[in-house]
Amino acid sequence: MPTLAFSSQLINLCAALLLLLSFAMLAQRRVLTLVDLFAMQGGTLFVSIIVVAWSTGQPHLYYSAALTLILKVILLPLILHHLIRRLGAQWESETLLNTPITMLAGLLLVIFAFTLAQPISQLANTVTRGTLGIALAVVMLAFLMMITRRKAVTQVIGFLAMENGLFFAATSATYGMPMVVELGVALDVLVSMVILGIFFFHIREQFDSLDLHNMESLKED
Amino acid sequence: MADSTSLLYATLLVPVAWLAIGLLGLVRGRSVLWVGRILFPLGTLAGLTLGFTALAGLGAPTESLTLPLGLAQFAFHIRLDALAWFFLLLIGFTSAGIGVFSAGYFRAGEGTAPGLLCLQYHVFLASMAVVVMADDAYLFLVAWETMALSSYFLVTTQHRLPEIRRAGFIYLLIAHLGAIGILLCFGVMQGGNWQFTFEAMRAAQLTPVWASAAFFLALFGFGAKAGLVPLHVWLPEAHPAAPSPVSALMSGVMLEIAIYGVLRVTFDLLHVQLWWWGLVTLGLGLFTALFGVVFAAVQTDMKRLLAYSSIENIGIIFLGVGLTVIFHAFHMPLLAALALAATLYHCLNHAFSKSLLFLSTGSVLHATRERSLGKLGGLIHRMPWVAWLALVGTLAIAGLPPLNGFVSEWLLLQAFLFTPDLPHSYVNMLLPMGAAALALVAALAAYVMVKFYGVIFLGQPRESSLREAQDCGRLERIGLLWLAAGCVLLGIFPVPLLALLNNVSRGLLGASLGTQLQHWWLLAPIAPERAAYSPAVFLLSTVVLVAAVVLGVRRFYHGRVRKAAPWGCGFPLLTPRMQDTAEGFGQPIRQIFEPFFRMQRALPSPFDTSPHYRVQVEDHFWYALYAPIAGLVRRISSLAGAVQQGRISVYLLYSFLTLVALLAFAL
Amino acid sequence: MNIVTLITQLTEVILAVVAAPLLMGWVNQCRAWLQNRRGPGVLQPYRQIRKLFHKDAVIAAQASPLFRLVPYVQFASMCLAAAIIPSLWTGLPFAVAADTIALVGLFATARVFLALAAMDIGTAFGSMGARREMLVGFLAEPALLMVFFTASLISHSTSLPTIVETLAQGRLAIYPSLAFAGVAFLMVLLAENARIPVDNPATHLELTMIHEATVLEYSARHLALIEWSVALKLFNYTCIGLALFFPWGLATGAHSLRDLLLAIPITGLKLLVAGFGLALIESLNAKMRIFRAPEFLASAFLLAVLGLLVHLLLGS
Repeated sequence: MPTLAFSSQLINLCAALLLLLSFAMLAQRRVLTLVDLFAMQGGTLFVSIIVVAWSTGQPHLYYSAALTLILKVILLPLILHHLIRRLGAQWESETLLNTPITMLAGLLLVIFAFTLAQPISQLANTVTRGTLGIALAVVMLAFLMMITRRKAVTQVIGFLAMENGLFFAATSATYGMPMVVELGVALDVLVSMVILGIFFFHIREQFDSLDLHNMESLKED
Repeated sequence: MADSTSLLYATLLVPVAWLAIGLLGLVRGRSVLWVGRILFPLGTLAGLTLGFTALAGLGAPTESLTLPLGLAQFAFHIRLDALAWFFLLLIGFTSAGIGVFSAGYFRAGEGTAPGLLCLQYHVFLASMAVVVMADDAYLFLVAWETMALSSYFLVTTQHRLPEIRRAGFIYLLIAHLGAIGILLCFGVMQGGNWQFTFEAMRAAQLTPVWASAAFFLALFGFGAKAGLVPLHVWLPEAHPAAPSPVSALMSGVMLEIAIYGVLRVTFDLLHVQLWWWGLVTLGLGLFTALFGVVFAAVQTDMKRLLAYSSIENIGIIFLGVGLTVIFHAFHMPLLAALALAATLYHCLNHAFSKSLLFLSTGSVLHATRERSLGKLGGLIHRMPWVAWLALVGTLAIAGLPPLNGFVSEWLLLQAFLFTPDLPHSYVNMLLPMGAAALALVAALAAYVMVKFYGVIFLGQPRESSLREAQDCGRLERIGLLWLAAGCVLLGIFPVPLLALLNNVSRGLLGASLGTQLQHWWLLAPIAPERAAYSPAVFLLSTVVLVAAVVLGVRRFYHGRVRKAAPWGCGFPLLTPRMQDTAEGFGQPIRQIFEPFFRMQRALPSPFDTSPHYRVQVEDHFWYALYAPIAGLVRRISSLAGAVQQGRISVYLLYSFLTLVALLAFAL
Repeated sequence: MNIVTLITQLTEVILAVVAAPLLMGWVNQCRAWLQNRRGPGVLQPYRQIRKLFHKDAVIAAQASPLFRLVPYVQFASMCLAAAIIPSLWTGLPFAVAADTIALVGLFATARVFLALAAMDIGTAFGSMGARREMLVGFLAEPALLMVFFTASLISHSTSLPTIVETLAQGRLAIYPSLAFAGVAFLMVLLAENARIPVDNPATHLELTMIHEATVLEYSARHLALIEWSVALKLFNYTCIGLALFFPWGLATGAHSLRDLLLAIPITGLKLLVAGFGLALIESLNAKMRIFRAPEFLASAFLLAVLGLLVHLLLGS
């Protein structure tokens, strides 16, 4: 097995950490810790973008790294913390499935993601090949988290984590998107955050709870 | 080394001797002394002969012979290659231990008369030996059916009890379903030239589709005999029903004979192996193993528990078979040989340790008349021989070093560790999950065995009648000792046997572990720096260390030892019934693996003055698979019942029409 | 096997046996500091063991010989484990007798014997403890095995010294799969050594205890041996963790005397840090309900499997 360059090893490590954090989020019940994990995921993403920028010498990636740092490591977690405290939604009661089964499903998703990514990553001869699979897996795991949770706040965190995965896919496979797109995405995320925040208050006002199963009563019979 | 032809004749004599002993049993059928003290020891002697002959034969070249028996065109063919020798060895040595035990075990006045029992028992043994020796489908199936029938009669020894008749019926039914599968498998494998010798089948060229059909028919047929899920349902019914030596023989030997069938068909008779067969087998094996061990953990009947544990072990063996097929299909001969060695070794381990445990439950049953775990306990004080020997079996089945169960699990895990070299990425990814599941099964087996041993032999007697329990007799002790010694020896000296097993893998796969087995004390199947395990050193150092610690503590700190009542938690009315029960011990497993079970709970109301708690754990397969099939069969048979008119002339008409149809067909 | 390797092997085991209670004492002391207590001093485990050895033993009237045998088996198996684990240097001739799979088997054997001894007296506590101990074990053992497998796949060997040598030499290589294995291993370590959040070593509250319930009936020298082997187990696990994930400073390959001597203070330092980290984890977490323990361990198991997968997928 040929030894990879140091930078690719670092990116592999970041990819693995991202996956690890995704699984940690899948298993975590406390909402505040979930936000911290999300921030850590952002941090890992930031490091990986820096490494890509440094190893490929693409200066525009530094900007997107800075964007990630500001948005995902500092701003969004702060907003979420603030929101959760004001809403009093620190506690996620029970997940729909118990943790081991969720994780087992996650494991199968990882295998699936990798088989899916294999033909694509063979086309792209960028930094490393396995990372694309991990990025896909991160997206799917975030989706899985959204499926298995009941509270609106966790759904939002899942949504944001999904975006993390997409972003990682973009940097690892294609060395980042054009700056305009990245800025647009960042703005989208921020706006959606604000809108969802407003939503939370409305949901709570309506049902006195953030539990989403209350929304089942909205269904017309 | 003896001449291999004389070995063949010596081996042929053993089944004949068994048949003769069985017939002699009818001479004085009521005499326990005649049957128990003379015939069963003689049968044991024959078994020992078979074992040692096979040991010598493992290195000998393949021999074959055509017997002047059988039908005109279907003479009986006998062939002894290394695979056959290995399974003869298994039959010989295991049955020797069981035979001695049975000599002391069977008593008068229990169901079938001793003489008849002796006949059934020895016919059963002889038929198993013949199955292994057979070299044509005809003899194979005759022996196979004899095996099924004789074991059916043995299971229903206590035929006056309705639940035992029911168990026997289920066993017979599944056995015959399996036999149909095998029959069809042979039909497919003759490949159009209508020759039913194995020689012809080896030469037949099947298309991959037909080969796959043959493989899966064999998997179905032999899997039904071995207890592969979902064909396992007869095992937990038949084993508790049968007398313990018979359970030991069925679980320890007959299940392995089914494995022999799978190996024979897959690697010898079929000329091609496809890798996805291995994947299917591996998956089925894993599921079987997990299913068996999880169910074993929640059983409350000691023999049912062991039956489910057998299912688990069969699952592990099938897993090994699957791995062998995968490696062989991908042309990795060394690894295939490793997986095959692990599989065969596990067969032998299971034969010894499971027989040992079944026999010990037999002793417990005789001493206490109790099969339910909830009414046993504390027998280590009253039955030290059985208890300490059963401890060996317990640790062996649990797969703990340095006993034999660990060796085969070690080999299997090693084989799994090499899967990343496979050229197929899907398989590469799935196999670590297999290794993980195997590790989980092994750890769960330890849980089950702690429950088994702890509830029966440790703690306080849960019933006062247990205080009168007697230890087993001398012959029974010898039987148990023989099997326990087998477990220990197989655990400590795996290398010489693995060297012999090389002959099997050379015959089947054209590869062997070869020079990697140089030192008798060091097990290093691939290379010492990759993986090595030395059970002899391991055991020796453990013993030396324990002795050193005991002596050291004795030497420096020899305070007195006082006996006192244990702490009663401040509660004065403690009784032995307050110990954790078998249900209690299984409760965590029941909770964690809830989807596996079909549970019915009956909880008492809070105002009940004599509350009863009841939980019944059943198998999903009964209701999801067998009940619909049984319903279907019943509906079809009621349709067929419409033909039945009750008038004699209508029946005569049927016969006449049949005759006419047959004549027309012959035209 | 020459005389030098024999001496290094013996020294390593003896050092482990002697130093094990010190690590236990250090962890307890750190915990005390972190919780604003003064603590009994790092030498307390030694005093405890000495005191226990000098007492007269009391054994339940219905105890079988198995019950009296088990403390010795416990202690011996932990010593044996110490002989396989490269805590100071990798030149361990005994390691050829047992690889990582056998090491896991050895821990399992010790646990099975402990559970059997707990059931031997036949009190409600003992059998409850046995059940819970086995419950922890059946998930922790496969997880540990998978952690080892991940490392084995990297080094193409299941022999622990060989694994550690490979990991220690490849200074530049970063193994992402080890991140998963590391987290899983930490969870297993906490569970196997009966630490918070799975079990609380300081409690004797019937509803929550796991390990303590199994040894409730032991006293005097038997208890001393059990406590010592518990300390040795913690020491062994910590050394496995250090050797797998922080192998720097171990004397590897053909080592000179200087390397050997240097390895002792380095390992000591690493153990101090690890002990503090353990105390920190224990102080920051709350003990979870017993029903959560299987979930916790199943997560560890799946994480370890994931590590294996990541290794295969990333090909590194």
